[in-house]
Amino acid sequence: MGNKKILLDHGSGGKISHALLKEMILPVFHNDLLSRLDDGARIDIGGGISIAFSTDSYVVDPIFFPGGNIGDLAVNGTVNDIAMCGGEPKYISAALILEEGFSVDDLKSVLDSMAEAASKAGVIVVTGDTKVVPKGKVDKIFINTSGFGLIPFGVNLSGSNARPGDKVIISGTIADHGITILSAREGLKFDSDIKSDSAALNGMVKKILEIATLEKGRDERNRAAISERLLNSVSISDSGSGLSSSGSCLDSEPGLDSERNPDTCSGVHVLRDPTRGGVGTTLNEIAQQSDVRINIWEDAIPVKDAVHGMCELLGFDPLYLANEGKLLAVVSAEIADIVLDIIKKDEFGKDAAIIGEVVRPEPCGVFLQTSIGGSRIVDMLTGEQLPRIC
Amino acid sequence: MALKYVHEYRDGDLAKGLIEVIKGDLASAGFLSINKQGAKLKLMEVCGTHTMSIFRHGIRSVLPDSIELLSGPGCPVCVTAQQDIDAFIDLARIKDVILTTFGDLIKVPGTFSSLQKEKASGKNIRIIYSVFDCLEIAAANPDKEVVFCGVGFETTTPTVAASILMAAERGIGNFSIHSAHKLTPPALSALMETQGVDIDGFILPGHVSVITGINGYRAVFEKYRVPSVIAGFEPVDILKAILILAKQNISGIPELENGYERAVSEEGNPKARQIMNQVFEPDDSVWRGIGQIPQSGMKLRSIYSEFNALEKFGVELKERSEPAGCACGQILMGLKTPEQCVMYGKRCTPADPVGPCMVSSEGACAAYYRYKGC
Repeated sequence: MGNKKILLDHGSGGKISHALLKEMILPVFHNDLLSRLDDGARIDIGGGISIAFSTDSYVVDPIFFPGGNIGDLAVNGTVNDIAMCGGEPKYISAALILEEGFSVDDLKSVLDSMAEAASKAGVIVVTGDTKVVPKGKVDKIFINTSGFGLIPFGVNLSGSNARPGDKVIISGTIADHGITILSAREGLKFDSDIKSDSAALNGMVKKILEIATLEKGRDERNRAAISERLLNSVSISDSGSGLSSSGSCLDSEPGLDSERNPDTCSGVHVLRDPTRGGVGTTLNEIAQQSDVRINIWEDAIPVKDAVHGMCELLGFDPLYLANEGKLLAVVSAEIADIVLDIIKKDEFGKDAAIIGEVVRPEPCGVFLQTSIGGSRIVDMLTGEQLPRIC
Repeated sequence: MALKYVHEYRDGDLAKGLIEVIKGDLASAGFLSINKQGAKLKLMEVCGTHTMSIFRHGIRSVLPDSIELLSGPGCPVCVTAQQDIDAFIDLARIKDVILTTFGDLIKVPGTFSSLQKEKASGKNIRIIYSVFDCLEIAAANPDKEVVFCGVGFETTTPTVAASILMAAERGIGNFSIHSAHKLTPPALSALMETQGVDIDGFILPGHVSVITGINGYRAVFEKYRVPSVIAGFEPVDILKAILILAKQNISGIPELENGYERAVSEEGNPKARQIMNQVFEPDDSVWRGIGQIPQSGMKLRSIYSEFNALEKFGVELKERSEPAGCACGQILMGLKTPEQCVMYGKRCTPADPVGPCMVSSEGACAAYYRYKGC
C-alpha cells in the first residue's frame, strides 16, 4: 500500500479505502457474499428466501449538527443500507462505545434521537451492547448498528446490475450532509440554512419496488401465492414481519411465475445511497461493478445554491461530499419517469431528478457533461478532500 | 447565504457563444487548426485554481486543437521547496508544538516523511481554514507552542501578516510561523528568462490580482510584452480570457487587460499590501523545481523575529535535492506536460505522490491524473 500506517485517507471511502479493502480485508475474509461489495450482503437462507444483512459504524464529529446527530444517523444509515439491497428492515442492533466523561445529557439526546429515528423508519432495536473506555480512547461516542431485512421475492438489486440504456436518478439535492458536517466541524460561520439530509429511505424504496412491479402487471394470484409460501416458511413473531408480496422481480421463480419474461419485470436494477465519497464515488463503484460507462449531466444534478456557494468558497466538489438521506436509482428507461414520479411524491424526494444514463461499456467509468458543453471524467475520490489554500 | 455570480458565469449558452467566437476569430486568422509548422497558441494559466476550473468544466474539450493550455507556477503547494516542507516536519516533531497548516500541504512528501505521516504518528498537526484560528488555539493552549506553515501568494500573505500584528497586540507569545510565502510577478519574470520557455499569453490569477491590482503586473508586462489578461475562475471568465488572448495574438499587439473587472481594480488592495509589507519584506526564495528566484519570497522583518519559528526553535533550512526524475519544475514552467514525466501515473500518483504537483488538488499533475488529461 506504500504507507505503513493507517491514514485518515484510508477511511475516505475513495480509492485509498478501496485499496485497503481489496488488498487487506477481502483476501482475509474472502467469500462470494462479501466480494459483491454492495451496501450489505444478500444471503440466501434456504427455502428460496433471501435476507439483506448490513453493518455500519458511526464516528461523526461533531456528534450534534444541524439536521440531526450521531444517533439518528446511526439508525438511518443501517436502515438505508439494508433498503438499498432490497431488504425491508425491521430489527436492528445498536452498540455504543462511550468515552469516560461523556455527558449523560448528551447521551440521552443521542438515544432519544435513535428511538425517534427507529420509530419513523419502522424498525426496533432488539439487541445491543455498551462499553465505556478511558478518556481520550474514543471521541465522545461511537455507535455501531447492524440489521437485516427480508428481501421480497423477486427483488434482486446489486451494483452489478446496471446496463446500457438505463437512466440514473438521484432522489434530491446532493452534498447537504457533507457540507453541514464540514461547516459544523470547522466552526465555519455562514449565514445559511443548510442542514444534514439524514433520513430513512426504506419507505421510498418500498414504493419504488412496488411500483416497478405494478407497472409490469404482475398478477395477483402470483403475488398471493408467493406471499403465502414465504409466510409459511419463516417464523417471525411480528405480524408485519417485513415480508412483502411485491418486488421488482429479476429472479424468475419456477412454477410461480413461469410465464413472465424476466426482462419485462426487471426495471429497477441498482439502488445505492451515496454516503461517504458522495455521488461521484458511488457511481464509479456501480460503473466498475457493472462494467459500464455512466454519463451524467451537470445541469441536471440538483445542488442547493448555498451548498454550491460553500463548495466554491472551500474548493470542494459536491459530487464527492456525503449524503445521508439520498439514493441513486439505476432503472430501465421505460420506467424512469414513473420511478422519478414516485420518488418526487415521497417526503424525502421532492427534488429528485434524472441525472444521467448508462451507455455502452467502453470506456468504463463516469463522465460528466458540463454546463458549457464540455466533458470530463469523474474519477473516484482518492483521499479526503482538503480545503485549498487560495 | 446570498452568493452572487454562482450561476451567471456558468451560463451554458453564453459559454457556447464565446467558444464559437473564439473558433470564428481563429478561423478567419487561418489559425483554427494546427498550422503546418505544428505551432499552437500556447496559453499559460498561472494559477492552480484556474487549472482546476479548466479541468472541472471540461474547457479543454471544447477548445480547438490550435489552443494549448499550460499550467503555470501558481499552485502554492506545488512551488513550496523541499527544504521548507522538511522544516515544517522538523517543527512538528518538537515537543509541545501544535503545527497548523492549510489542508493541501499535509500530503506533500518531504525528504523522509510528510505532515500526514507525522500526524498518523501522533504529532499534533491541525488543519485550519483561517490563520486567525491559530491565535485562538494559542490562547487556549498557553503551555503549547502554535506554529503555522506560511505558504501562499499575495492572496494569503496579508492575512498572515495581520495575524502577526494581532498576536503582537494581544501579547500572544506562543505563536510563530515559518514563512515560505511567495510573490507572483518575480515568478513570471523568472519564467520568461528561462531558456526554452515559449508562451503566447498569460491568464493571470484572479485572487492574487485582487490584492496586487493590474498595476502589480505592469513592470513585468512592459519588459516582456507577452499578451496578458487577469481572469476570474468561472468558465465564462476563462473563455473570455482565452478570447482576449487569441485576439491579441491575431492582432499582434500585446496588452495587459483586466478580464475580472468585478473583483480586480487598477490599484488592487493597498491596505492589504501595506499590512503585508509592514510585517514581511521581499527576499530571495527557492521555488520547487525552478530554483532560487531573486526577491520572490516574503520573509518576516527583523522587528517581528519573535514570530519566526525557525529562529525560535533553532530549526535550519537544509539544502535538499528533489526526487530524481520528478519533472515538477519543467511542468510548472510549461516545458513539459505531466504525461511527459517518466514517473507520472507510475511511481507518482495522487494516492502515493512523489512531486507536489501530484499532491495539491490544484497541481497540474493531480488535475491531469484526476481528469485523465481530458
